[in-house]
Amino acid sequence: MGEFRMPSLGADMEWGRLVEWLVKPGDRIKRGDIVATVETQKGLFDVEIFEEGVMGEPLVQAGQKVPVGTVLAMIHPEGIPVAVEIVTEVPPAATARIEQPPLETPSAVSAERVACSPSARRLAAELGVNIEEVRGTGPHGAIQRSDVEQAALKRKPAPSAEPAAPAHVETAASATLQQGMRQAIAAAMSRSNREIPHYYLEMEIDMSRPLRWLETENLKRPIRERILPAALLLKAVANALRDVPELNGFWLDDQLQVKPELHIGFAVSLRQGGLITPAIHNVDTLSLSELMQAIGDLIERTRAGRLRSSEVTDTTITVTNLGDLGVKTVYGVIYPPQVALVAFGRIMERPWAEGGMLGVRRCVSATLAADHRATDGRRGSQFLEALNRHLQSPEKL
Amino acid sequence: MSNKELKEIIFIELKKVAPECDPTEVDPEDNIREALDIDSYSFLKLLVGLCDKTGIEIPEADYEKVFTLSGMLRYLSSRVA
Repeated sequence: MGEFRMPSLGADMEWGRLVEWLVKPGDRIKRGDIVATVETQKGLFDVEIFEEGVMGEPLVQAGQKVPVGTVLAMIHPEGIPVAVEIVTEVPPAATARIEQPPLETPSAVSAERVACSPSARRLAAELGVNIEEVRGTGPHGAIQRSDVEQAALKRKPAPSAEPAAPAHVETAASATLQQGMRQAIAAAMSRSNREIPHYYLEMEIDMSRPLRWLETENLKRPIRERILPAALLLKAVANALRDVPELNGFWLDDQLQVKPELHIGFAVSLRQGGLITPAIHNVDTLSLSELMQAIGDLIERTRAGRLRSSEVTDTTITVTNLGDLGVKTVYGVIYPPQVALVAFGRIMERPWAEGGMLGVRRCVSATLAADHRATDGRRGSQFLEALNRHLQSPEKL
Repeated sequence: MSNKELKEIIFIELKKVAPECDPTEVDPEDNIREALDIDSYSFLKLLVGLCDKTGIEIPEADYEKVFTLSGMLRYLSSRVA
């Protein structure tokens, strides 16, 4: 029998609020299924399960906030009938750690599932509206986004039918989220700075050849399938990591654990402030077109708050591309327990001396921030050389 | 398609990539990528949106002609049917 626990969605996460169960007791579940939505300081995440079996009774109800590691439900092996028991008491081990939200009535939540669109449920969680108290106006009384917005408005002292009021409600919710995110980033970055002895290496890379290749390639493609330079850079990082694998992994228990999978975290800034670095899985196995699609999908879901738990838990290295902001060089802070971060600045024209000639080339500055406990400068510089080599053969990326 | 209609389309697509902005308040001569903090992914998304509505595919080589609202309007109105 397996235990489904509150996952740690990043080194900085201490607790999570179970917003919604997406499966019922008795449902068959398989590896990779999304079973619940969890809210952390960084927003809402769709949580996947990594076991097969039959879902047991939930031990934690929607609305409850619990520490990372708390058992949320038992997973029963398939074939064995699940005794349908109504859990009225949480096991003592869990009870002590559970923080009951004052306004929730967990027993009522599980008793009757409210017909409600996932997006309305998400909005309710964001605005702090109790979905039980919302009157639905959709088909069969289903709750829609507009109903949630109405409920959020009613909760406030009526601001005399001012049309801008919904914006105020959303601003308040997003201000709380932003504050939480700021704290989460602060905790992870402080830990990084405290624990990780960073070293930095920088290389100026001539991008003329890869960009010319990309421009020719994009001319052949419809606008929707155009590839951005960021995809070239990410793929080249993945290929270079295959040459220098020690930079891809974790520093845990005083030793380096090199990871065979290349799950590259990609820093996505949020328009309202803050950032999330969800992972693109197995970047080395994707073609440039597939990678471009994955990047687009990830950016959209990050900004819409629709990330899956695995995308924020198993990142093996992070890449940040601040080039859009116009800075030339970025010195990154490693996200623990990872051991390296690769950063790119803006691609810009620069004087370039080669073969006794001075010319103008489009260049990018690539910076490696690495954990000196895990690797030395020599390996780091071999990585940057490999990165350059891969970028100069864009047709092989 | 009139200039007024084109302008409306541009504003609608701009709101999709930068929801918090008020396109009417953006200086038509400002670089929108800098003024509205639009990254390269969102800029491509904006162009895809414009292509869906107007049928005009802006090639990469012409990107610098559409970095401002006035430039974008000029570019589209000279090519639209």
